[in-house]
Amino acid sequence: MTEMSYLDGNMLDGPLRELFAVDLSTATGRCENCGMTGSMASLRVFSHAPGLIARCPSCEEVMLRLVRGPDRAWLDMRGTTFLQVPMPMEQPYPSPL
Amino acid sequence: MGIVSPGFQGRPRTQEPALPPGQYLTEDFPVLSAGPTPRVSLDTWEFVIAAENGAEYRWSWQELMALPQETPMVDIHCVTHWSKLGTNWKGVSLDVLLDGVDTGAHFALAHSYGGYTTNLPLDDLRGGRAWVAHTFDGAPLAPEHGGPARLLVPHLYFWKSAKWVRGIRLKTMDEPGFWETAGYHDYGDPWREQRYQGD
Repeated sequence: MTEMSYLDGNMLDGPLRELFAVDLSTATGRCENCGMTGSMASLRVFSHAPGLIARCPSCEEVMLRLVRGPDRAWLDMRGTTFLQVPMPMEQPYPSPL
Repeated sequence: MGIVSPGFQGRPRTQEPALPPGQYLTEDFPVLSAGPTPRVSLDTWEFVIAAENGAEYRWSWQELMALPQETPMVDIHCVTHWSKLGTNWKGVSLDVLLDGVDTGAHFALAHSYGGYTTNLPLDDLRGGRAWVAHTFDGAPLAPEHGGPARLLVPHLYFWKSAKWVRGIRLKTMDEPGFWETAGYHDYGDPWREQRYQGD
């Protein structure tokens, strides 16, 4: 093997479901480095490592790191400017009084 | 007098490999990486030690090869629980590279082509315990294992042995690196099983 392979961001669903109540496979994220905005499922995830590293598919900078210890987890999202999560309201806002 | 003559003891008993706690032995050489493998040309490769006073000490590939070379045989321990014993390397001791570097710093931050970083106490790079290694098992170090050259600091977990090493910044304050800012231990002694922060 001469090149490290990566997985697509859909593989983050399971590990991040331990931390988040929402389904991140439908979320949109913005890369802090290059500004690309796209589906979290489009990230390139390097998993043959001491943690999961998700990189921007455009500039390859790190957008997310997740380290899972036996009794703790660390999530670093300094490379992600925002996460946009679909969250439809049960009633239109502002809700009628 | 016992039944067995004290002079007859047979072959010396082979010692079981001594592994740090929580480690298992592997015979292959797993490839771990936090990103794409950088391709670095030897024509443009350089290694830079940057002292805290701003002074920089640079070596080209040819200059590195002209320095005294050592051939350490060492055991390596990855924080993901595998250990590999008796690995054969060739490289330049950090004692040689740090000789003549004017510094009062106590900390080092190694940095790599591709952006990886890891921090160590400067003392751990001295005393014949750290190398810039360019040859593994008699062959040029493969890119997936950190070639052209990687840091080799085998007495700490192997994430401290930065692949594709490009330089070392000497610092008066400790600055955590790539894994150290994401939950991993600041020092990483495998014999004390310092995997995560607080271990």
